[in-house]
Amino acid sequence: MISRLRRLGQYLLSLMSVLGRAGELWWQAVWRRPQLSHAPLLIRQIYQLGVLSVVIVALSGFSIGAVLALQGYNQLVKYGAESALGLGVALVLVMEIGPVVSGLLFAGRAGSAVTAEIGLMKATEQLSSMEMIGVDPLQRIIAPRIWAGFISMPILSLMFCVVGIWGASLVGVNWLGVYEGAFWSAMQEGVDFESHILKGIIKSVVFGLVVTWIAVFQGYDAVPTSEGIAAATTRTVVYSSVSVLVLDFFLTLVMFNF
Amino acid sequence: MSDSHVRIENVTFSHGTRRIFDGVSLEIPRGKIVAIMGPSGTGKTTMLRLIGGQLKPATGKVWVEDKCVSRLNREQLLALRRNMGMLFQSGALFTDISVFDNVAFPLRIHTDLPEEMIRDLVLIKLQAVGLRGASALFPAELSGGMNRRVALARSIALDPSMIMYDEPFTGLDPIAMGVVVQLIRTLNKVFGTTSIIVSHDLQETASIADVIYVIADGKLIGAGSPEELFKAESPRVQQFIKGLPDGPVPFHYPARDFKEELLEGYDQ
Repeated sequence: MISRLRRLGQYLLSLMSVLGRAGELWWQAVWRRPQLSHAPLLIRQIYQLGVLSVVIVALSGFSIGAVLALQGYNQLVKYGAESALGLGVALVLVMEIGPVVSGLLFAGRAGSAVTAEIGLMKATEQLSSMEMIGVDPLQRIIAPRIWAGFISMPILSLMFCVVGIWGASLVGVNWLGVYEGAFWSAMQEGVDFESHILKGIIKSVVFGLVVTWIAVFQGYDAVPTSEGIAAATTRTVVYSSVSVLVLDFFLTLVMFNF
Repeated sequence: MSDSHVRIENVTFSHGTRRIFDGVSLEIPRGKIVAIMGPSGTGKTTMLRLIGGQLKPATGKVWVEDKCVSRLNREQLLALRRNMGMLFQSGALFTDISVFDNVAFPLRIHTDLPEEMIRDLVLIKLQAVGLRGASALFPAELSGGMNRRVALARSIALDPSMIMYDEPFTGLDPIAMGVVVQLIRTLNKVFGTTSIIVSHDLQETASIADVIYVIADGKLIGAGSPEELFKAESPRVQQFIKGLPDGPVPFHYPARDFKEELLEGYDQ
């Protein structure tokens, strides 16, 4: 019993210390005056994390939009309500699936790369040598990546929604023969910027921050060996995927007035 | 300004449960070439990290330029390091930029020099290590020894007043080794650069060092000019200098009795 308590205590202590270190990293990297000279670094990271994720996000968005249209049509047509297909797909994409799935894709595609890159920089003493040159790696390496996630994620999520709706319209209107006017007008009518789209954007911003934060921290805190970096990369994908899903629940709870 | 560039006072430091330093004090005089030697695993690199402020001593103080390193905040520490060059054992070049950009990195960050002048400075530094022709290559395209020569060019880019070399001679061919030895000597003579060399290459180190400190078992066991050390009576220093496996300095990592451990397999 005592030893179990002790182990629990040790676990909680190490958890607290990890959270403390992650918070410190965040504080040191982000809450300081961003330097104008770091703008090219930020643009490069937006390219690495954001632009290079566009293809996978667009492909997934298209397939998910198309599948939603297929399944939605099957159910709606039973009640003769297939004209609401556009509205249904758009709401589901904008509020839930867009931010969540693009967040998961972002974690797998960009988060893992960030962790591996920073972990290797640590293992090859590049971070140490940067410190010894008198440059703070938190500002030069970590901060641009966090900001890049913050900026890229909502854009990726919106792209996901747009391509998804396009995919749904191809399946619903051009293939299954839903009346085009009803498809789009119901969507226009029912989807509101403030109460639907903005909330989706807020979700994606939060996911972007959390995923990149986990990714940079896992890289920065990795044990600088091959096993350590492998474990850190796995942790990044697992932790950030779970965080996205759990956070989505709570954000929905808070934002949609339950 | 005092005579000593770096002063280490009674420093203890532990890595996990292993004690690396147990009350080490030493002084690095300004403008001299000082070597810190000792068997591998005695924390020579740790000593450089303590001086650079990347690690903090458990007790004791590290003074650099009359500033107590462990009391500086992040900004002050980064500012202090601008006057320190450090050559890492692995080179630690930035792998995502070319050799030229690696050497230009500190210049671009810490100076407002125009790009043409940076170009000239970088080419001068690269010429000094014989790799001007490799300026467009990436670190991954160079051998380990060449990587370290580029790293050396990078660490002298800002003409720091002190350079720390972590095992500068390991893995270099005899010609490159001669060039590096010559370079360290020239930097010291011409610019009065304080040099701290961490090494276990006795011959090369003794040929350029003004002062050698020998560390073993977490303690300073010998200090003095190379000649003094060669004449030292301490059996521990003699063992290190002559390269004997048996003696007061243990060659083996702490372990159980060898015979006992071997026989254990037969009991089961």
